[in-house]
Order: sequence, then structure tokens, then C-alpha cells
Amino acid sequence: MIQLSRWKVILVVVSAVLGCLLAFPNLLSDQQREALPGFMPKNKLNLGLDLQGGSYLLLEVDVPAMREKRVTNLIEDVRVTLNGAGVATNGFQREAGGVVVTLANPAQGDAAFKALQQLGGQVGPGGQAERTATRLGDNRIRFAYTDAALNGMGATAVDQSIEVVRRRIDSLGTREPSITRQGADRIVVQAPGESDPSKLEEVIGQTAQLTFQMVDVENSVQDALAGRVPPDSELLQGEDGTPYLVKKRVLVSGENLTRAGVGSDQSGRPAIDFRFDGAGARRFGEATAANLQKPFAIILDGKVISAPTIQSAITSGSGQITGNFTIQEASTLVNLLNGGALPAPLNVEERRTVTAELGADAVAAGALSTAVGFAIIVLFMILAYGLLFGGVSVVGLVLNGVLIVAAMSLTQATLTLPGIAGLILTFAVAVDANVLIYERMRDEARAGRSVIASMDAGFNKAMGTIVDANLTTLVAAGIMFVFGEGPVRGFAWTLTIGVFTSVFSSVLVAQVLLGYWLKTAKPKKLPIAE
Amino acid sequence: MAMRGWPLIKLLPQKTNFHFVKYARFAGVLSVILCVASIIACFYPGLNMGIDFRGGASMEVSKPAGQTIELDRVREAVNGLNLGDVQVQGIARRDTNVDDGSTAILRFQVPEGRDQTQVVNQVEGAISGAVGQVNYSGVSVVGSKVSGELFTSGLLALGVAIGLMFLYIWFRFEPQFGFGAVVGLLHDVILTFGLIVLFKLEFSLNMVAAVLTVIGYSMNDTVVVFDRLRENLRKYKTMPLRDVIDLSLNETLSRTIITGVTAVMVLAALAIFGGEALFGFSIALMFGIIIGTYSSIYVGAPIILLWGVKRGALADDAKPVKLGMASRP
Repeated sequence: MIQLSRWKVILVVVSAVLGCLLAFPNLLSDQQREALPGFMPKNKLNLGLDLQGGSYLLLEVDVPAMREKRVTNLIEDVRVTLNGAGVATNGFQREAGGVVVTLANPAQGDAAFKALQQLGGQVGPGGQAERTATRLGDNRIRFAYTDAALNGMGATAVDQSIEVVRRRIDSLGTREPSITRQGADRIVVQAPGESDPSKLEEVIGQTAQLTFQMVDVENSVQDALAGRVPPDSELLQGEDGTPYLVKKRVLVSGENLTRAGVGSDQSGRPAIDFRFDGAGARRFGEATAANLQKPFAIILDGKVISAPTIQSAITSGSGQITGNFTIQEASTLVNLLNGGALPAPLNVEERRTVTAELGADAVAAGALSTAVGFAIIVLFMILAYGLLFGGVSVVGLVLNGVLIVAAMSLTQATLTLPGIAGLILTFAVAVDANVLIYERMRDEARAGRSVIASMDAGFNKAMGTIVDANLTTLVAAGIMFVFGEGPVRGFAWTLTIGVFTSVFSSVLVAQVLLGYWLKTAKPKKLPIAE
Repeated sequence: MAMRGWPLIKLLPQKTNFHFVKYARFAGVLSVILCVASIIACFYPGLNMGIDFRGGASMEVSKPAGQTIELDRVREAVNGLNLGDVQVQGIARRDTNVDDGSTAILRFQVPEGRDQTQVVNQVEGAISGAVGQVNYSGVSVVGSKVSGELFTSGLLALGVAIGLMFLYIWFRFEPQFGFGAVVGLLHDVILTFGLIVLFKLEFSLNMVAAVLTVIGYSMNDTVVVFDRLRENLRKYKTMPLRDVIDLSLNETLSRTIITGVTAVMVLAALAIFGGEALFGFSIALMFGIIIGTYSSIYVGAPIILLWGVKRGALADDAKPVKLGMASRP
């Protein structure tokens, strides 16, 4: 084992060269790295947000709230459809995913069922009928979303939300934000360097639900304010706090919007021009034609932006929203509208922000303690085992450090603050392998064996123990990786890389160097033995 | 090179002959008392839960070096917002690592039904009103839903870690070794928690990582002792078990001490120079390693003594499973 075998020497030399090559970019500035020739690796260590500063947001897509909203719309559709078919109703009972309608007159059951079947036959955005009508008796009909549609809603809502969030963050111009899905209904946003998380949150958190709904002119706002809100209407506020009573039914929504842009109204103030797609244009045309001279409300995220009166049927599919916008507000709104509406509200569940200065301080503290820790180990090993044997482990340790940096740069693993601590601990435990080997050698020498025999036996016998001992650390790291989040995961990854590089560098490097010494110095006795 | 006592390793007694097992009973009683005390401490006064597990917000406020932040005024101002339990603590400056009163950390709860962002903004406003212009450097808000999940997954991770270690040792050695190792592990984990309570360290996600690392290290230590024990059981078939255990502990003692001392020294450097953020982490690790070293001598091995091992069988059918690199018997 201690005899120099060619492959071991080659392995050590190759890994040392490769390690230096891969770790090298970390010593350079960004410009220098860009200037490296193409064959050279360019990746640096990827610092976690706690080390470089930035914001971390964990958002949860409020799928239940979205379903509730969709069901509310379904109920309004049923109301309007049955009214249109001249069916008198006696009550609407909301239930999960739909509604049960009780008819006033059982004789109208067939007509009502037919009308609702037609409504249910309409194809939804998924290309399939999402809503079905079921008869529950003479005078009761259930109209509800299918299970498939309800389940699909959640999945598509999260996917759409990720897209929307990405577009909105891109419009902010932060550098390299990462937006990932976590679990069933969560989104993780990591934006390095963004020091103002509230701005980020504001942009992300706006649902940007644009809807066009009719203003309820049959009932008075005063009654509604006193608590008597009609069942098919809702009380909303304008930008300036003016109360509006608005019909719940959505005529057209932002989903049908194809393009928005900043324009100006007749008096030259900023306004928002918009254009609907085919379906949106048709529905908007029908609604405006049917409601001439009535006011309709343009609602963004539950606030009435404006409530103009319909002068003529708008069939062209394009229109303009006017309000008291500043240029700034108008362009923010346009960005939101173009980015698309969030299909469901997003709740911020977790938010962590670290300023760049704090990150830099953490890096400095981490670097200082790494240097001090390293110096302690070097000093200790050389004092304990002498220049030769102690020196051999120090060489192994330096290579170990280079290899860890190289492996982390190569895999683009994120280095976090606990990761630095893990690194330091790795160094401390890395010398353990050397200690095990040297102690074995001393045992063998004490038992009266020759130098070569005791060194050989030292390596052989210690190997099993080293593997065993390091496997347990790997198990612990594996668990952190599976159960941990962000920083703990980074720590686990550092530990894992550390285990492999430590065993490699403390065992192989020691074998090669000590083998070489054995060959050249031909020692009569082991320096570390008594 | 010809100096006596150089390298220093020669100064360590060549062959120690401590009768560890003789004191095992006493050590066992001590361990049990400490474990019980630690478990009680975890409930009363209880762990100082960080916002990771409790939910709520924490923010760091600082003024330029040399200026002071009046903690009482901050406390008063934030208390006026009815946020329940508000903690304000002065900490060391991040850049100089000196506590000059210019930096403080603030923890508060976000009451049910109030918007996180709004509450944070209100707090920032209240602080500026009370002590003037300050910098906010690290702001974290964790919702109650997430904190609950983090807590369960943290506990789960600890449980699974201990379970897997048991299986691993069982697979590599045999049941009573596995049992001894796991009792040792539980002992280490419980005592580490006791220390976290004792030092009032904040129990956060990082702390879970620290405890998991303690588990890894303690196991590493235990495995080294057990490896030697197994080897000696094969070598000295007729020696009484307690003597074999003593012998194995003595033989591995020099390594245990060297590695332990190195790790503790390095972690001490981390605690001193690593700044506020790593302080709790390194202190917990440091003591965890000391406890782990003690337990591999006084918890794991004595359990095996209590349990006994099948000596005859060991030689024949309890051969270690080959992992391709295992030592040659």
C-alpha cells in the first residue's frame, strides 16, 4: 500500500492541477474572468444570499381563494342564465365547487336544466367543458365544476403565477433573480443584490386582476353602506375612497387582454390603451351594446379605477382607461397588465433580506475564522507530528481546501454562512484521518515491526475505520439535504463535498508523499515512533 | 530532529492504562441526571425559539460606529404597536465584532390577521421616530404556517438521522453495538439541547444543522472506538469483556484527544472571530463535540458491557460486512 504505484501519483497530480484550475477563477475580478480564454473554467463560488446580500421570498399561491372566486362567478353565470331563460328561482345554495339551485316552480325544471346544460357545455380555457349540470330532483339542480377542473385549477394557477412573477421581476431589472417552484403551491423568489424587498413584494404581490363589471344602478349605495347589499352585487371602493355598488358578474377580465400601453386621453393626461382578444372583444361588444348609457366599472385588484358611462357599443375590442394617473402609475399599471394577472392571490409566507454590507461583513468574519482555524490546525499538526509527518498532513489539507473550492465552483453549489462553518469543521475532521493512520503506525512500530511494515499496516488498518467514520458524516449530510431548506442544504452539500475531498487528500496524498520519502530517505526508524 | 520530545506526540504516554469501565457506573448516573435535567430544561424554561420555528420577524438595526441606539426607547416605541412579545437586544457590530451599543437586534411577532409587510413598515417608522435615522441590515419575516413546517421537518430530520445511524451501525457491527451507539447519540443530542437552553442560544435552522453535525461527529468518534473494540474482541478471545473495553478505549485515547482538541480549538476560533451569526452555531458545536467525545467513552462502550456480546460467535459469523476497503482482520 505504501509502495508508490504509478496510478496513485498520477491521480494526485491530476487532481491537484484540476483543482487549482477550477478554483483559480475565484482569485480574479469579474472583468478578468470574462477575459479568460474559452477553454478555462469561469465559474466562481456561488455565494448564498446571506453572504452577498439579497432578498428571499417564499410565496404561497392562495388556491382556495381562487377557487372561491371562480365559484362566485359560476353562481353569477347561473343567475344570469336562468333569468334569461325566464326561470324563477327560490334560492342558491353554495357548496364546494359549485351551487345547488332551488327552483320556484318544478314545472320549469326541464327548461332550467336545458339552459344550464348549455352553459356547462361551453368550453373553458383548458379546451374542455369544466362545468356540469346535474338534476337532483324536480326542483333542484346542481351546477358545479368537475373534479378534474377543480384540481387542474390549482396546478395551472401555480405555473401561471411563476410566469407572471418572472415577467414582473424582469421588468424591475434585478440581476439574475431565481424563481423556483417549491412543493405543491409555493414559489421561491431569490433576488441577489435587491436591497429593497418591499418594492419587490409590492410588484409581486399585486394580483393585477383587471375586470370590467357593470355598476349596479338599481340599488342605492347608501343602502349598501348601511349593510343591505343585494346578493348579486358587491360594495367596492374607488382609488379616492368613493364607494361603488358593482354587479358581481364579470363581463370581461384581464385574461382576455392582449396588449396594454400608455396613451393619453383627450385632455392629454396619461391613460391606458388596451386591446382585447377575439372572445374578449365579442363579450365586451355584447355587454356594451346591451347596456348603453349605463356606467360600468373598471376594477383593478378590487379597487374601482374608473366608472365611465357607455356611450356606444364598443365592438372593435380596443378601448382606453382614463383616471387620474401620473405617467409613473400608468406605466406601472401597463407593466402589470402586460405581465398578466396573477390567477390567484399570492401570500408572502417568509421573507428574508440581507443587505450587501451585512453579507460582506459575514464573508469577512467567515474568512478570518477560516484562516485562524486553518492556522491552528497547521500549527497543531506540525507540533504534534513533526515537520515531516505533520507537514504531509498540512499539504493534504491545503489540497483539500483547493479541491473543496474547486468542487463547489464546478457544481455551482451555494456557499452559505453555516456552509463556511461546515468547511472549517471539515478541515478539523480531515486531519482525523491522518491522526488515525499515524497512531496506527505508532502502534505497529511499538509492536516491533520495521518502518515499511508499520507504515504499510498503518494505512491498511486505519482505512476501514476511516471509511466507517466518514460514512456516518455522509449519512448526516444526506439527511440535512433531504429535510433541510436553503441554508441547511448548502451546509449539507459543503459537508458532503468535504468528506470526499478529505478522505482523498488525507489518505492518498499522505501515501504518495510518505512513499516518496521512504524511497529516497530509506529511514531506519519511524520519526513519530518513540 | 533529534530533540527528545519532538514531535510532541511522543510526550503523550505510550500506553495509558486508565480503568474507564470502573467509573462507568458513576458516569452513567451522572449522564442520566444530566439528560433528565436537559429534558426538563427543554420544557422549562424551554428553548429560545428563533423566528424560524416560532414565526414572526427579526430585524437588525444599526447606527454608524460610535453612536448608540437607546434600546429602551426602541423598546418603548415598538411596544406601542401592540405586537405582543417584543425583544430588543444589543449585539456586536458586524464589521468590527465589538459591542459598542451601535447595533441591536429586534424580534417581534406579527399578530394574526395583520399584514406582515405593513407591520414591518410600522416598526421601522416607530424606530426612526424614537431614535432617529438607523440602517436596517437584515430583515426576516417568517409566517406561522412556514415556521410550523420548518419545526416539524427539523425534528423529523433529527429523528431520521438517529434512526439511520442505528441501522448503519447494526449493519456494520451488530445489534448491541448499534444500541450502544444510539444511546450515546441520544445522550449527545439531549445534552446539546440542554446546553442550548443553558446558554440561551437561539434555536434556529442553523442550530438544527449544528445538532446534526454533532450527531455526525459523535458517530464518527463512536465508530473509531467500536472498530478497535471489535478488532480486540477477535484478537483476545479469552480476555474478560470489561478489560477488552478498557484496552480499546486506551488504545484509541491518543487519537480521540488529538482530534477532539483540534476540532474544539478550531470551533473556538470560529466562535471568537465568526461574528454574531455564527456564535451560537459554533458554541453548540463545540460543546456537542466535547459531549460526543465523552459519550463514546462512557456511554456507548458501557452499554455494550451491560448487554454483553456473543464472544464465540463474533469470531465466526459476525465478520464485518465488506465495503471493499474494510481492514483485513
